[in-house]
Amino acid sequence: MDIYARNILDHYQRPRHRGVLAEADASFHELNRSCGDDFKVYLKLKDGLIEAISFEGQGCAISTAATSILSEFFLGKAPAEILKMDLEALRSLLGIEISFRRQKCALIGLRALQGAVASLAPSA
Amino acid sequence: MKNYRADFPMLARRYQDKDLVYFDNAATALKPQVVLEALNDYYLHHNANIHRGPNFLAEEATILYEEARQRVADFIGADTEEIVFTSGTTAGVNLVARSWGEKNLQPGDVIALTRAEHHANIVPWLQLQASRQIKLQYIEVKADGTFKPESLAAVLTCPRLRLLAITQASNVLGQFYELENILAAAKARGILTLVDAAQSVVHHQINVRQLDCDFLVFSGHKLFAPSGSGVLYIRAAVLATMPPFLGGGGMITEVKADSFSVAAGPTKFEAGTPNIEGAIALGAACRYLQTIGQAEIFKREQELSAYFLEKLASYPWLRLLGGTQNRLPLFSLVITGLHPHDAADLLGEQGIVTRAGHHCAQPLHDSLGISASLRASLAFYNTEAEIDYFFASLNTLRQSFQN
Repeated sequence: MDIYARNILDHYQRPRHRGVLAEADASFHELNRSCGDDFKVYLKLKDGLIEAISFEGQGCAISTAATSILSEFFLGKAPAEILKMDLEALRSLLGIEISFRRQKCALIGLRALQGAVASLAPSA
Repeated sequence: MKNYRADFPMLARRYQDKDLVYFDNAATALKPQVVLEALNDYYLHHNANIHRGPNFLAEEATILYEEARQRVADFIGADTEEIVFTSGTTAGVNLVARSWGEKNLQPGDVIALTRAEHHANIVPWLQLQASRQIKLQYIEVKADGTFKPESLAAVLTCPRLRLLAITQASNVLGQFYELENILAAAKARGILTLVDAAQSVVHHQINVRQLDCDFLVFSGHKLFAPSGSGVLYIRAAVLATMPPFLGGGGMITEVKADSFSVAAGPTKFEAGTPNIEGAIALGAACRYLQTIGQAEIFKREQELSAYFLEKLASYPWLRLLGGTQNRLPLFSLVITGLHPHDAADLLGEQGIVTRAGHHCAQPLHDSLGISASLRASLAFYNTEAEIDYFFASLNTLRQSFQN
């Protein structure tokens, strides 16, 4: 049976950076009701770089794992990196095929992070 | 029961090296060869606009279209003058909301729905709530799928109640509702009634005289007919009082530069060239089901349901939404340790087509406190072997998510 990659299942079962981030600089709630995915992400910056990321909510294996993987990947990077990421880049980061029908699942965490970055004051 | 699988060409479809197991009938049913032939026949031999033009093709097409109206009328025990062809359930509810609703509803009037409604029977009323300041009241549903009696009583005694718009079967809970008493209680108070038969019409024989409702809506595509076909039944006395909804050709008797007069009967609501081939194919679907016999279909579905429920009982990590009495062969499941979206995707890799999500019933899912479920919905052409394969596949899938 062609099951999701080991790494995806690992992040689904043991999501990293789960929870509310105290004193976050930005947060954003993204909902995909047609699938039942519902995530809120938190960002904290230091010296213009991302110092901490967390997320809470629920979703399928792909949406949860993708959000968890992104929460590791963007640590220490500039918020602009979040805005720059597209589906292709996300695909290679996740290391799995993302079928058309699962694109929304894969993208929900990235969309939430991008929403959080967009809500930051321009000076941040 | 005779094996009818050969009637459905899609059942020969394969996905990679797997047989197609089609468990998404509540979303849309497969189409039998006779329905596909009716479509083909129209385009290969007739292809004309109806009720327009004195040529022989137009006459043939018109006769086929009106024969289809007769078949549909016979199928639900109505008169042909009460059958409006629509594009589906959604169009039917919207037509009632816009035509009857906008003419008759005053601010503060109440429309009652159930918590089990599909969005198609919620959103048109929410639109009226915004534009006409009407109110919505819901009949609440218990965990076993039945209506809460106190909530039902509150609705039926609501002083400003003008319309009861109610589903005959839940597309999530699978519950079939015996509506006769509720509809009779509404009628006794002079309240109009609309029955959403989108899910029920394919499983239960419907007779609008017996139900004694004022409106009844369903879609062709869940009844083995093409998508974009559908039916709105309107009781003749009510239809006569309703203003047209869409304006255009076909719904008029006369148009002048600054006025028009409206056609009588159901064509009043069929402005523009309708989905002629869809209506004809829907008539063919009704005839197909009558040839098999709806009682025969019901019996087979009950066997499949009993088998599904029996299998289900041996998997403690599967929770069925709704009860087990008066159930359609439709099963929405919550799976411990597996998100429905992952389940539906990966079952698909085994050739098993199901649906995951809220099934266009978000208020119901909210009231159940869940965000999504996995739905397997069966038809009379499904088999016990397919049910075995479904559970075995789901079991393997879940194990692979466990470790």
